[in-house]
Amino acid sequence: MILNRRGFLGTLAASGAVLAAPAVLGQTKPRVVVIGGGAGGATCARYIAKDSDGAIDVTLIEPAEIYYTCFFSNLYLGGFRDFESLGHTYDKLASDYGITLARDMAAGVDRDARTVTLAGGDTLSYDRLVIAPGIDFVDGSVPGWDLSKAEIMPHAYKAGPQTQLLKAQLEAMPEGGTFCMIAPPNPYRCPPGPYERVSMVAHHLKQNNPTAKILIVDPKEKFSKQGLFEEGWQKHYTGMVERIGPDFGGANVEVRPDTMEVVIDGEIEKVDVCNVIPGQKAGAIAATAGVTDDKGWAPVNPHSMATRADPMVYVLGDASAQGDMPKSGFSANSQAKVAAMSVRAELTGSKAFPAKYSNTCWSLIGTDDGVKVGASYEATDEKIASVDSFISQTGEDAELRKATYEESLGWYAGITADIFG
Amino acid sequence: MAWRGFSHLAFGLTLLGAAGADAATEIGDAERGAAIWQECAGCHAIGPDAEHGIGPKLNGIFGRRAAGHDDFNYSKSLARAGRDGLVWTFETLDAYITNPRTFASGTRMSYPGLKDTGQRADLLAFLRDFSDKPRDIPEAEPTARRTVPELPPEVLAMKGDPEFGEYLASECQTCHRADGVDVGIPSITLWPEEDFVLAMHAYKQKLRPHPVMQMMAGRLTEEEIAALAAYFAAAE
Repeated sequence: MILNRRGFLGTLAASGAVLAAPAVLGQTKPRVVVIGGGAGGATCARYIAKDSDGAIDVTLIEPAEIYYTCFFSNLYLGGFRDFESLGHTYDKLASDYGITLARDMAAGVDRDARTVTLAGGDTLSYDRLVIAPGIDFVDGSVPGWDLSKAEIMPHAYKAGPQTQLLKAQLEAMPEGGTFCMIAPPNPYRCPPGPYERVSMVAHHLKQNNPTAKILIVDPKEKFSKQGLFEEGWQKHYTGMVERIGPDFGGANVEVRPDTMEVVIDGEIEKVDVCNVIPGQKAGAIAATAGVTDDKGWAPVNPHSMATRADPMVYVLGDASAQGDMPKSGFSANSQAKVAAMSVRAELTGSKAFPAKYSNTCWSLIGTDDGVKVGASYEATDEKIASVDSFISQTGEDAELRKATYEESLGWYAGITADIFG
Repeated sequence: MAWRGFSHLAFGLTLLGAAGADAATEIGDAERGAAIWQECAGCHAIGPDAEHGIGPKLNGIFGRRAAGHDDFNYSKSLARAGRDGLVWTFETLDAYITNPRTFASGTRMSYPGLKDTGQRADLLAFLRDFSDKPRDIPEAEPTARRTVPELPPEVLAMKGDPEFGEYLASECQTCHRADGVDVGIPSITLWPEEDFVLAMHAYKQKLRPHPVMQMMAGRLTEEEIAALAAYFAAAE
């Protein structure tokens, strides 16, 4: 088949997307409302504001004044970063890019009226809406656990106080105690994340509580970078980590927060810390807006990230159902740029180019022992499709692993500057 | 042994999907593939409850080493191929099912082979659905084939288009900081155009070793590299 950009533009035009531009030229500035100031939402707001040079009015709805990145929060658990280093403000988005910050929760979306209602009562109207709410947890995913138990058995899968709580529990573990992780079913945010967390917890325990054990209860047969993590656990934390997969009842688990017990396939285990990472779905506002499917994620057009349900509404990052991209900050940032381009093309008639996406996930296994996995993606009409991938190899030398870790530090600095300005 | 190289002549998907807007090509039509699968299902099983039969079960075949099930008795020929490093990918599976005995002369698979490129692609698309999902395991085998754009002359006139370069550059700036700060990841801001073009082509041809950059540059066309070079050479 032959692809050319002209064909791509032609298709967009035929679907009405590009031709929609004149419809809004008569009014005052077109308005974009972005819900959620994470890797997807903040990037998208910044790119729309930056590249439209003030021609589009951008409002970012985000209740938090400081955003703590989920990516690299495991390094805080391991003692490689302090908590403050994960925090980022939105000041530059307002001062340098003219984005209006609405410090509130989005409470409702009226897609017919094209308005968003805030928890504080205000109503914002939009020409295009971008929803980037990240994840919420599926009720009943782990029997015995719900959000009200998160103070006893933290999820620590949205960075912030939960991450600090898990760290405090880790530090308070009795000598020779057991740290248990209930790993999530697919799909979930950051495929290598739970296993990087195990590595960082092991690193902390090896130094402070070397007879302690880590128990992973996992409903999945396989996980990302499995060979790399298992090699690293064997090398750095010999005998400390045990994983119970579905073959041994890992999918049949119940927790009892009041007695700190975990019931695995009928067997009761007493544990000292229990990190429950439940099954996940799109952040609630996506469902409220009526753009999610029966699995709880928002299906999107792979060429633009506009939802299948409503071309005026985009969903980015973890909350979207787009195909092959893993749910990650890098993916959300990548998708945000495609969405920003599409939104600008529709509202101001700027050029639209074919969508390109990429993702790389770095993980730290131990001191100076970094690994990575990545892939590039392109859009078919059906999905965002993986077309190429790479992964660090087992047995790599220490110098390469150290360089990979240093590269990840550079990436963190780069992507946070790209998200928050 | 260059298994991946060997198979190139056998694998062609050019007749798939004539639709215009795709930037990547689906491997094939999994629904049509399900019909072709009936020819395989006498010996092979696939799906959540699959067990070995006359042939091995085919769940998770993509990305697995040949003869990878410890509990199946493979032919010496396939066992040897596995030891030599043969991994099942679109390319190697396509070559195998084109003509099993040409690919592995001692195979016990009695299937005569599937000559039609499109039918093979459909069958492989069906099989791919039962292997690891890249969403969950990002390093899993791809699910689509990158399309190399054929650019008409008027698009070639876009060469060095800084606006196009600026859009493409947003992907670079996830890692390479726009302000030129150089920690852990090198700066590419204000890089002379010619050096930029040479470096990207060196990654494309895998002469420079970094895997992330080989992947990123590998999918850039000459026009895209030129646009990026023009943008970064003048970036503030």
